[in-house]
Amino acid sequence: MTVSRREFLRVSTGAGAGTALGGMLGLGISLAPARARAQELRIKDTRTVPSLCPFCSVGCATLIHTRDGEIVNIEGDPRSPHNEGTLCPKGAAIYQLHRNPNRPTRVLHRKPGATEWEEVDREWAMDRIAELTKRTRDDTFIERLPNGKLVNMTPAIFHLGGATLDNEFNHVCQKILRGIGVVAIENQARI
Amino acid sequence: MMAEPMGFFTDTTVCIGCKACEVACKNWNQLPSREGGGGELSGFSYDNTVRLSGTTWRHVQFIEQFDEPYDAAGRWLLMSDVCKHCVQAGCLEVCPTGAIIRTEFDTVVIQSDVCNGCRDCIAACPFGVIDMNPVSGTAQKCTLCYDRMSVGLEPACSKACPTDSIQFGTISELRARADQRVAALHEQGRTEAYLYGADPNGHLGGLNAFFLLVDEPEVYGLPREPKLPSRNVASGSLLSTIGAAIMGLVGIVMLRHRRADEVAAEEGRGVAPPPPPASPPPPVH
Amino acid sequence: MGSNMAENHPVAFRWPMKAKMNGAKLIHVDPRFTRTSAACDLHVPLRSGSDIAFIGGLINFVVNSERWNTEPFFRDYVVNYTNAATIVRSDFQDTEDLEGVFSGLKPEPSAGIEQWPYNAFVGTYDTASWGYDRPGGVAREDIDADQRKAATMRSGEAEDATQPSQGAGDDARRSSVPPEGWDAMVRSLKPAPARRDPTLQDPRCVFQILKRHFSRYTPEMVESICGTPRDKFLEVAQSLLDNSGPDRTSAFAYAIAWTQHTYGVQIIGSAALLQLLLGNMGRPGGGIMALRGHAAIQGSTDVPTLYHSIHGYMAAPSALKEHDTLADYLRAEVTPTGYWANMPKFMVSYLKSMWGDAATAENDFGYDWHPKLLGDHSHMASFAAMVEGKIRGAFIVGQNPATSINAKLERDGLRKLEWLVVKDNWLTETATHWYAAPEVRDGSVKVEDIQTEIFFFPSTQIAEYEGSFTNTQRMLQWHFKASDPPGDCRTDTWFYYQLGRRLKRMYAGSTLARDQGFLNLVWDYEPDPQSGRVSHTMGEADELKVLREINGYYTGRPKEHLPGFAALKDDGSTTCASWIYCGCFPSWDRNLTAARTPDPPGTPGAHLGWGYAWPANRRVLYNRASADLQGRPWSERKRWVWWDGSRWTGYDVPDFAATKAPNAPANPNGIGLDALSGTDAYIMKGDGKGWLYVPSGLVDGPLPTHYEPVESPVRNALYPQQQTSPVYKHWRKGADDNRIAEVEDPRFPHVMTTFRLTEHYLSGAMSRWLPWLAELQPELFVEIGHDLAREKGIANLDRVVVSSPRGAVRAKALVTHRIGVMTIAGKRVHQVGMPWHWGWAGLVKGDIVNELTSLIGDPNVSMHEGKTFVCNVERA
Repeated sequence: MTVSRREFLRVSTGAGAGTALGGMLGLGISLAPARARAQELRIKDTRTVPSLCPFCSVGCATLIHTRDGEIVNIEGDPRSPHNEGTLCPKGAAIYQLHRNPNRPTRVLHRKPGATEWEEVDREWAMDRIAELTKRTRDDTFIERLPNGKLVNMTPAIFHLGGATLDNEFNHVCQKILRGIGVVAIENQARI
Repeated sequence: MMAEPMGFFTDTTVCIGCKACEVACKNWNQLPSREGGGGELSGFSYDNTVRLSGTTWRHVQFIEQFDEPYDAAGRWLLMSDVCKHCVQAGCLEVCPTGAIIRTEFDTVVIQSDVCNGCRDCIAACPFGVIDMNPVSGTAQKCTLCYDRMSVGLEPACSKACPTDSIQFGTISELRARADQRVAALHEQGRTEAYLYGADPNGHLGGLNAFFLLVDEPEVYGLPREPKLPSRNVASGSLLSTIGAAIMGLVGIVMLRHRRADEVAAEEGRGVAPPPPPASPPPPVH
Repeated sequence: MGSNMAENHPVAFRWPMKAKMNGAKLIHVDPRFTRTSAACDLHVPLRSGSDIAFIGGLINFVVNSERWNTEPFFRDYVVNYTNAATIVRSDFQDTEDLEGVFSGLKPEPSAGIEQWPYNAFVGTYDTASWGYDRPGGVAREDIDADQRKAATMRSGEAEDATQPSQGAGDDARRSSVPPEGWDAMVRSLKPAPARRDPTLQDPRCVFQILKRHFSRYTPEMVESICGTPRDKFLEVAQSLLDNSGPDRTSAFAYAIAWTQHTYGVQIIGSAALLQLLLGNMGRPGGGIMALRGHAAIQGSTDVPTLYHSIHGYMAAPSALKEHDTLADYLRAEVTPTGYWANMPKFMVSYLKSMWGDAATAENDFGYDWHPKLLGDHSHMASFAAMVEGKIRGAFIVGQNPATSINAKLERDGLRKLEWLVVKDNWLTETATHWYAAPEVRDGSVKVEDIQTEIFFFPSTQIAEYEGSFTNTQRMLQWHFKASDPPGDCRTDTWFYYQLGRRLKRMYAGSTLARDQGFLNLVWDYEPDPQSGRVSHTMGEADELKVLREINGYYTGRPKEHLPGFAALKDDGSTTCASWIYCGCFPSWDRNLTAARTPDPPGTPGAHLGWGYAWPANRRVLYNRASADLQGRPWSERKRWVWWDGSRWTGYDVPDFAATKAPNAPANPNGIGLDALSGTDAYIMKGDGKGWLYVPSGLVDGPLPTHYEPVESPVRNALYPQQQTSPVYKHWRKGADDNRIAEVEDPRFPHVMTTFRLTEHYLSGAMSRWLPWLAELQPELFVEIGHDLAREKGIANLDRVVVSSPRGAVRAKALVTHRIGVMTIAGKRVHQVGMPWHWGWAGLVKGDIVNELTSLIGDPNVSMHEGKTFVCNVERA
């Protein structure tokens, strides 16, 4: 018997009185309360790690549930005096920041004039960036202005970003950059 | 072994339309997004979800009521809609496979692994809540987070709701709280506030997800007098019932599989428009 | 005002909604009726950019109201806790005297020095005449400056200080560190006391000046400038007044809708002024809440990845100021009275954290190695320089300038780079601009012609690393690592840590003078294998070790953490990167940022056991003001901090010298807190007072004044002689890529305001790739009123083109009465609004609204005027 799905639906909705159908075939229709089929709780036997929402500045606390190091679920931490377990839609979507097929996971490099990215070795890329940084700094470093002022800086390197990142990042970032003489350090606080 | 009936009280007067409930629901239940996360602007105010569906079990409505720019008397009604978990549930009554059950919490749950995708429940729901989930090939809707409730956790949407517009609890407690809230609003002069679905002697024996509204039910796309399908539809013919029953027995898995294929094909062609809303969204004034 | 709190900080809005349930009145003053307006008791429309006129109207209403003039609370608070009674110099002239400008205006543009001509002022002020009247004279003109002065004041770009070096010409120069310590130097800076008139009658006292200054801001004027119906304005004014006093407080919440203007700092200042007048500062339920945009934006301001400041709001050393030696720097920056007198301790401890053992009193603690600014190196200044080829390399870390201010110009800048590193979680527009930007796709730029070497490094997400964020309440909270990152994903800390390690190797052995600072830079964040800490992803820095350095320790004894900033010393015996964060990690095993003990329900809710709020874990700043002159709570209902007879105590950590009695007099010879009395609640200010009037620290005036946005469809109704701020910043003035519309330009007749949606995040990099969020707001739209739609024949969902002098974008029309036409100075003005979350990358795509914005900025902080500009809307 081959009945297309749409035909089947027509047939069954044509039947109309589903109550009769269920009752007839004894497929478990009952108006008495029942326990639904055991549905494994997604966070059963998971490890719970306290974390934070990375979006806005309210600082909502979250709980991350992991199993074998894999993130299973993320939701609000009810203990937090800020959010008391609640979240906004962005906070509720943090899981998809992590588990997302669109997420890039490889270091990419584009040569001057090239039309394509190339996947490159992470350590090679870091070495190359250190080389470019040193060359640019050394080529553009100003020890003194013509009026004699000691400035020990380079105006030719620019950094942008930090407001989405943690305090420790900001410290390390501004320290190394000021350490080599970069002053053009900026982040989202000014836009 | 009946636990105390549980449900939602959704106070629309404190909803800020943030849609945290929609996303928290999708997160917990791992529901997919429309077209993998895309779609078009609906034009219905900030509502691009448009309706409840098999993959959207919470839906926030945006109803703009303004007659002129910056209308001092204007309102932007915001309301998070959900399955009503009717005490007399049409979906449950029509389900041919027994997939839809009433739980020990007096909530109505579709057991996905028993559902054959026949769609009877979709037609039977007076609120247009249920629809197919193209991924599972089964009819789906809010479970009131049965899995969470079973271990004493609050449902994902009410837990996430930043302003406690969605409240979860025992029906008796929620009704008491809702009555107080209505009284308080009346005292503030907001006499238009009323409860929809909180009356156990009302339609469908009361709704275990009930609402505090400030305009007519139709404005929110809710039927003024929701009816059970058994009272709408005459008894069907035995023949078609038997035919359906046979299909129901042998066809569950096969049909589900086919449905998933159909959906994939439709998506591949990019011609999977969202089905029209069960009740048209209210016009933007 | 200036915030769409329910949409952009929905969880924070939980609390106003709870307050509303308890009877609080919520008011939303905004150009658009938003989800916030929907939840408030009252929505009050105003034209985008007219906030100062509105608040000025409130100030005028308050100071002339019967309640304010008869309720003793207001007088007690204002006379004692603010500078209302202080008398201003006799040569000060107000906008009322000079038709819209203050004394000292130099109307010529000021670009800065030849090596860095990007300061971009269209005019500047000599601010000396704005100071207090000190018959005994001052050691320095700017000496009672608040050290948290505006960025451009700190960097020196607002001054014409190109004088040659005083004493740093010699590499082998002698140390400037006084052998006897810094106190004598600090004391020598102490100015003579300012004159005061506690009766507030003197015509040159601050109160009388501000009363005259705001006298033009009548309800009629507010209606004319803002378009706000008079009755609504008056309802706001009356509500604020009724809900302020000994047993009630009112709060303002604002966000970037107050900052993205050419007078943004002044808008915020106007709210501060009003809240001080109403006694709503330093008290529970009061204040001005800055609702900041990012998880760590407060942290990245405190731990500044910002050009103008170094740790803890100290000025970055600048070539434009007298910053030649450490002593010069401190002489220029220290405020001798108030808590900032301790700056030598903060600065020396900071220098120790930079250069470690190499920082000694003999070499000014390595001060000369610290780089100096050449002028304005802010975001917009940097892109103006980049377009001119002055910047060769850039690191873009978690930010998306390809979609930022005047986006095409910024992308033109990016293409001029020799190398570009993009470190992000997603292939953002900035990562892909070289092949996907509109100008590349339309062929006007060829990919092959772009000579930039570009790197993309994928980053970790929040669950994949540990560290602390500082939220908008100044609260540090630690987050723990839950999972390993995939593939090459590494933290951004990893990136700079690894860069530093490589550079250290490459410079090793250099004998050049210019490299010695870097060779001495302390760079040790390697996880200690003995620490027993959880396993780290290969090559990552130990984030706890970083936090230990930020908190600080006794020099040479890194395991002995500093318990708080009171322990800091100015002799090099303490090492501490950030004085304001000192105390967050007070001993080796007590990381208070990870504290997770909330108060039990039903308590006042300071939650001192949850996280760590700088400074000193205080939750409400200047909370001495929550008590009356005698140290008693102003009312039982508003009890917060009080004097118990021997010390200050309360629900919060008192923001005051712990045992200074309320009746303690100021020590006339004292420095620091000694120089302040028991009622000087504003301890970071040199005079201990909340500033109604800002005698120094700002570059555009001591009082807020309504000016029109640089682009406006109307003339300034308040001061017809002065259309805009006389001193805003304008980069690439006259260049084709940053054109500005003239006032009343008929080609661009509408007021545009940009905004954000709950469902997306900023440029969309963190939301447009997430299916759950993308589907909720899938397309760019422009909100236009029904009147404009009718005039232009536009229907809901029609495709339209929105244009400004900088560019044009396509969007769908969302026709609504939530925004629309207003009558401004008798003229019909349409307002339109656009969310700016889209770009070409992501699951949902759309044009970049920042193609429309300009490099025009606030003169104090170089923030762009993105919240209001002019545009046209046509059917596509």
